[in-house]
Amino acid sequence: MKIACFHLMPYRDLEPDFEKKHKSAWFTLPFDAVADRHKVSQYYNWTLDELEFAAKSGFDGVCTNEHHQNAYGFMVNPNMMGAALARATRGTKTAIIQMGETAVFLNPPIRVAEEYAMLDAISEGRLVAGFPVGLGGDFSYSYGMAPIEQRQRYNEAHDLITRAWTSSEQFAFNGKFYQLPMVNIWPKPVQRPHPPIWVPGNASPSTWDFVTKNDYSYCYLTYFGAKGAEHMVNGYWEKVEEAGRDRNPYRMGFLIPVGVSDTDEKAAQEYGPAAEYFYHKGLHLPEQLLLPPGHMTHASLTHLLTKRPFPPYDELKKMNYATFNDRDFVVCGSARTVTERLINIVKTLRVGHLMILPQFGSLSHQKTMENIERISKSVLPHLRPIWENEGWEDRWWPEACKAEQRAAA
Amino acid sequence: MKKPRKKIVPVLGGELEMTVNVAGQGKPVLYLHSAGGYYWDDFLDTLSDHYKVYVPHFPGTAPGRPNDIDKIDNLWDAVIAYEDLIDGLGLKKFRLIGHSFGGMLAAELAAQRPKAVEDLVLMAPIGLWREDAPYTCADWCALGMNEILEVLFYDQKHPRVVRRMMPPSGKDAEALWTVNFIWTLGCTGKVIWPIPDKGLRKRIHRISAPTLVVWGENDRLIPPAYAEEFRRSIPNAEVLMLPQCGHEPPLEQCETLLNRVRGFFDA
Repeated sequence: MKIACFHLMPYRDLEPDFEKKHKSAWFTLPFDAVADRHKVSQYYNWTLDELEFAAKSGFDGVCTNEHHQNAYGFMVNPNMMGAALARATRGTKTAIIQMGETAVFLNPPIRVAEEYAMLDAISEGRLVAGFPVGLGGDFSYSYGMAPIEQRQRYNEAHDLITRAWTSSEQFAFNGKFYQLPMVNIWPKPVQRPHPPIWVPGNASPSTWDFVTKNDYSYCYLTYFGAKGAEHMVNGYWEKVEEAGRDRNPYRMGFLIPVGVSDTDEKAAQEYGPAAEYFYHKGLHLPEQLLLPPGHMTHASLTHLLTKRPFPPYDELKKMNYATFNDRDFVVCGSARTVTERLINIVKTLRVGHLMILPQFGSLSHQKTMENIERISKSVLPHLRPIWENEGWEDRWWPEACKAEQRAAA
Repeated sequence: MKKPRKKIVPVLGGELEMTVNVAGQGKPVLYLHSAGGYYWDDFLDTLSDHYKVYVPHFPGTAPGRPNDIDKIDNLWDAVIAYEDLIDGLGLKKFRLIGHSFGGMLAAELAAQRPKAVEDLVLMAPIGLWREDAPYTCADWCALGMNEILEVLFYDQKHPRVVRRMMPPSGKDAEALWTVNFIWTLGCTGKVIWPIPDKGLRKRIHRISAPTLVVWGENDRLIPPAYAEEFRRSIPNAEVLMLPQCGHEPPLEQCETLLNRVRGFFDA
């Protein structure tokens, strides 16, 4: 299987009583009241250092993502980070996984087609093109578009971008949201017909339909644990089967915070405070800011509020590290414990692309580097062969990233 | 309290059907609801003792028809749909009341069909913008239920407020009430997001109906400063400023409002 290193680029030094002083870590949080500008400068460089180190240490890919106006993770333009990473990993087989630049935040979204093509050029064909629908609050509060339009804009932006990549002729695009008289992008991506597309989602059946219809790879980004994810992920695999697709595990990605230490007890000391910081502070987010009215369809909202598939974020504050770790919200412990638990998660959910978050919450640069090293040395080698005996091909992995691994095998 | 009957009216060349609640007899009054959605209250009920009252659901907010909002892409579509609705109902001349979001729609409609509107009542309408009194859709969409109550009302304990804002009991019933409340904000938000300054200022001069601009003195959602802004912008307008009243005059000052509106209509 493939294991990538994911980074959120959070603010790591929020005050202990931060969540009592501020209504939200997102959208309304005043930068100047909370943030130290020199620290922020340091965080961006640490983030790049950590991702570069992960690539060198044996992770198969590095993942960046996009969010706005928050202390949780403010990599506002993942393609800037991706460009730096593509250069830093030049000549290697590391996949540059953009999870990603969010097309509906941009107007015209053709910009994503161009920037991804540039990244694919700079990385010499190592790009994975993430197509996130985008967070409702980012779309509507930070970027000012009507919540009810997000999904339709997404579908239209996707059609525009993939057509711009694959059409050899210039064309006019007459969409409902985007009208362009001359679509004729320079450059085109190195990979043909286009870089592999991964679609991150948060258990929305609309996204499952989209992914299976287009034969893309799905990435379930949840922070509510592998145990809680089982039911949701089964729903995805049912859709895959209904659509007549195979059960290739590389159709499925999963993100999880991981911390490795010498012993389980030491892991609690090393990662406990960072995990609690992540859930209590980073996800300090009132639900109405996360989900602006109209973002979810009437049917999806009815499902959410009557079935409650994941807890309201406020309830996270009542939980501590022990709960997060017990419920697989995070996977922390000795290398042996972490390996066993991750193998179980990967097999249960049928995950081909595992995305590990080695830095979460307040975890320091030093601790993160140690964590990356331990994961690379003591965990990754045991995970990599998981799907080997089933013989699946990862059709969602850049060709340029494959050869060396084949040779090594 | 009367139970209004539902009337279905095709609009936009049959592309969309609008649902209208109708009650009473007499001269027609068209009432356009706020972003909070349709709610038959004492104000409308008493009004329908004297007039024939029509209250359309904004597309997407009628029970069981959430996807109707797909037929409305922008404010222009909405105004055209309401024009079609007026024609479909056979209203040649009518009185028009709009509240908040509905106030903006009413002002647009009165500017679009100036001769058809005999009298216009705008209750805390959105639609204009002043740098010194900013407000955005986030001011009512990014709030939790408790915050909404605080912002909307002068007196949250007012019996009419309690009746309006109390979800039904039962786990699913309460969840569905909340779903519909949020969805209604989503549908109305489609044509005004993120700031309801969509050009009414360029059209408002066309309103020829005598206009009563009503505002709650304690409106914490849409600043009362806009009462004067509307009065100044509409050729023939007067202001009714209501004390001890937030953003919902029909709930918090029902009697005073009714007296004044009836006097205004009958003058």
